Amino acid sequence: MERTALRRRLNWQVATVIKLVEETPRIRTITLDLPDRHRHTAGQHVDVRLTAEDGYQAQHSYSIASAPEDDHLVLTVERLERGEVSPHLIDELRAADKLELRGPVGGYFAWHDSLGGPLLLVADGSGIVPFRSMLRHHLAAMSTVPIRLLYAARSFDDVIYRDELLRIAAHDGVDISITLTQEQPRGWRGHRRRVDQALLEEVGWSPDERPLVYVCGPTGFVETTASALVALGHDPSLIRTERFGGP
Amino acid sequence: MTDRLDGNAIAGTLYAVFGKEMTTATGVCASCGTSSRLAELAVYLPGAGTVARCRHCDNILMVLVEIRGITCVDVTGFSVLDHDEPHSTSRND
Repeated sequence: MERTALRRRLNWQVATVIKLVEETPRIRTITLDLPDRHRHTAGQHVDVRLTAEDGYQAQHSYSIASAPEDDHLVLTVERLERGEVSPHLIDELRAADKLELRGPVGGYFAWHDSLGGPLLLVADGSGIVPFRSMLRHHLAAMSTVPIRLLYAARSFDDVIYRDELLRIAAHDGVDISITLTQEQPRGWRGHRRRVDQALLEEVGWSPDERPLVYVCGPTGFVETTASALVALGHDPSLIRTERFGGP
Repeated sequence: MTDRLDGNAIAGTLYAVFGKEMTTATGVCASCGTSSRLAELAVYLPGAGTVARCRHCDNILMVLVEIRGITCVDVTGFSVLDHDEPHSTSRND
């Protein structure tokens, strides 16, 4: 059966873990090898399914951290206290283990260079994951779309992809602002409060620029941020949101 | 308490059921007439299935339940459900 680019069966497949990197004690980056890898669009995610010995299945979505152009599919997973999947991925998963996976999926929260910009990306915590994919794609595609990223984390230790973000921020046309909301290291000269309307106005694009906006993180954060952006005058139809649950 | 997510969380299930990308599809609430992308619905995963509610009036728009490998879908909360072509992630809204 011919595999078309537009419509294809979305089947579960078994991926093999190649590499595991601890980003923080609760966040891990997992590099996978897939037998049947479909090129994704930055921002998309995959579903991961675990089956217990008694047949009980649990499933959860994880944003793809790698760019479509990267050699392997990479996920970054945060351990959720009441999670049914993430504790296994963080605590037990080892290299060479197998994982059942379906995707990529999600045409709404996705960006590719030809969609243009400018781009405003707003993330809290592990909401940064899909934006790593977008930033890596931006680089690989040698995109000239200007990007502003506002990334909120509780403390400096909670900022993941630190070195990579520093390298990416060195590029013309990419501005990265980090705000540490609970704890700041001595000498910290970056922002130090929760994302609010004033901060969005300070570091984001003017609504007149009609940026494409993506907001990702816990549900409360996403909704507060989206409301603040609309209050600033951004067109709601240009704002795309992805909620990770939680507060 | 069940987490409130959005339609992105069920993109895979929707694709499996409808056979195409559905997060960009538009649904109109039969109760209040609000139109939104499926990605923007309030989605709850209480364990026994999936419930999607209208963000404006809380009306239940869609229920998905999996029974012995078969997913049963009730979309009667929508008055209209427009399937976007999967290729249009464009912003010409």
